[in-house]
Amino acid sequence: MAVITFREALRQAIDEEMERDGDVIILGEEVAQYNGAYKVTQGLLEKYGEKRVIDTPISEEGFTGIGIGAAMAGLRPVVEWMTFNFSLQALDQVYNNAAKMRYMSGGQFSVPVVFRGPNGPAEFLAAQHSQALQSIYCHCPGLLVMAPSTPADAKGMLKTAIRNNNPVVFLESELMYGLRGEVPEKEYLIPFGSADIKRYGTDVTIITFSKPVKMALDAATELSKNGIEAEVIDLRSLRPLDEQTIYNSVKKTNRCVVVDEAWPYASVGSHVAFLVSSICFDYMDAPIQLVCGEDVPMPYNHELELAAQPSAAKIVEAVRGIVSN
Amino acid sequence: MQDTENKTLQIRLLKRMLLIRRFEEAAARMYGLRKIGGFCHLYIGQEAAAVGVIETLDMKKDYVLTAYRDHGTAIACGMECGPLMAELYGKESGCSRGKGGSMHFFDRKRHFFGGNGIVGAHIPLAAGVGMAVRHRKSGGCAVCFFGDGAIHQGSFHETLNMAKIWNLPVLYICENNRYGMGTDYRRVSSVTDFKAAGASYGIESFSANGMDVLEVCGITAGIIKKMRSENTPAFLELKTYRYKGHSMSDPARYRSREELDHFRDQDPIVMLRASMEKDGYINEEQFKKIDAEVKKVVDDSLAFAEESAQPSPGSLYEDILA
Ligand SMILES: Cc1ncc(C[n+]2csc(CCOP(=O)(O)OP(=O)(O)O)c2C)c(N)n1
Ligand SMILES: [Mg+2]
Repeated sequence: MAVITFREALRQAIDEEMERDGDVIILGEEVAQYNGAYKVTQGLLEKYGEKRVIDTPISEEGFTGIGIGAAMAGLRPVVEWMTFNFSLQALDQVYNNAAKMRYMSGGQFSVPVVFRGPNGPAEFLAAQHSQALQSIYCHCPGLLVMAPSTPADAKGMLKTAIRNNNPVVFLESELMYGLRGEVPEKEYLIPFGSADIKRYGTDVTIITFSKPVKMALDAATELSKNGIEAEVIDLRSLRPLDEQTIYNSVKKTNRCVVVDEAWPYASVGSHVAFLVSSICFDYMDAPIQLVCGEDVPMPYNHELELAAQPSAAKIVEAVRGIVSN
Repeated sequence: MQDTENKTLQIRLLKRMLLIRRFEEAAARMYGLRKIGGFCHLYIGQEAAAVGVIETLDMKKDYVLTAYRDHGTAIACGMECGPLMAELYGKESGCSRGKGGSMHFFDRKRHFFGGNGIVGAHIPLAAGVGMAVRHRKSGGCAVCFFGDGAIHQGSFHETLNMAKIWNLPVLYICENNRYGMGTDYRRVSSVTDFKAAGASYGIESFSANGMDVLEVCGITAGIIKKMRSENTPAFLELKTYRYKGHSMSDPARYRSREELDHFRDQDPIVMLRASMEKDGYINEEQFKKIDAEVKKVVDDSLAFAEESAQPSPGSLYEDILA
């Protein structure tokens, strides 16, 4: 298997889908001539031309809505948001148009559009540019949400997202674009609603997604030194959730730590913790723990910003709090 | 020959406008009887705008989008009154299965793409439809109606800029009925000649009397023809007026009796009828016959809505995802 970066995996997914289907287009700020703010779309303009790889002005609400309208009329646009922080300007289009069009038309429309870009804290970017906004998108029925953690997952999931007939919010991360990993040579797709057990264990289930998967795996390695074997579930698909994989694991380990970079109030993490507590109540040997972003805006100072985020050390501590050995 | 053509066209326009008027009057009555709930924005007074514009389109390849004041536009696009009235009643047989209501009429097959309740939110959608049309090389245009209130939304300004830099085949039509809810457009517009807003993005922009259906037809036909040959967007302000309040709950006390009377004298239906009588295209008896036909269509739509079933409880969870 080839070892490529997360960025290259995303590019391959877009490239292959554009090649396969002439209705796939990509639009966003700097995606064409500049090759993408994070170089995900490098080379696509040259290959597919400016009618399909479209540089937009800095008009998030406008170009997001244009992508949705084009999807309603039969195209399959990929809308790149330079980062999810700016997607807040387009939130009305996502919530009120993309997510609702099918329902309020009584099923007449499908809206095959993908909104993608980097989400979550990066480094030294302070409060406006370093936010984990998944809770907002997972909150809304009518949207599908994916968040890969490895290059292989990123490729298979993005291809699935582009082929799906619904609006898909696809969360990447600035700090993950350079991450390397093996990616199968042959074409493959990773379906919605399929979590992946990234590490098997018997003593505790750590449930997470996106960038913190690596933290969870590092924490598991550390815990293993003391004889605690953690099972690490990578949710991958946040909406729909693969609830069965979660419950099967927790019913086996009887302990659960959920990790989410977002703020704790009404988050994916708090929702998963709620589901586990109601479905697996009789199996739990300890209260569920939530390791999440601190309930503060992101500070600029590096020590402070690290303190505001989940980390392997915080996960280890949370596990130690509920596993006695 | 010219004369019979004119006559046929004008009878068609009159019928359409009258159908909208009678439909809206019936909707108002049924709202009073609580058969219809929620927000209900009537198109009474503005009929010439939708009817005149859509007359010039080829709905096989063109598309229409509008805001929440959508009943008249939907009828002008050829949607049948039964499913529309049933939608107002929230019935399963409604055009949106009772899930959209007054503000969310849709007919994908007839290229009527809604029906949008967020002021200005459909303006980018129309550009997206224009982009798809161009991608498919189907030769159509997207026509997007919105109000004088929507013109100050960022979505309008962002989208007109993009429509021009990409030369998307979209006709943006501002139906200036002088009010956004209770606010006179002159109170909230730094520039009151809206043509300037279109023109500021390098888009060819026009203005017309939206109470005169023949003028609307004439100017739109020219614009559409030009758009088709030159593949450009365009902007048109139609100066119009709504006779009723913003929605059913608005008594419209913010405007004077004199103003209302002034615009009543320009009622698009009365004006067309008068000019047709003058040209000998129609007499009183023929008008009454048309009116009776139209009323029958509306009565039938009421019966259809009354008799239709409520949506099944299970449909709550349907139509969320494709
Ligand atoms: C984004 C947004 N803000 C406010 C409203 C509430 N609202 C509904 S209609 C309206 C007035 C719009 O006026 P205009 O665009 O002139 O359309 P008209 O009602 O005259 O057809 C307002 C403020 C809304 N629906 N959407
Ligand atoms: Mg208005």
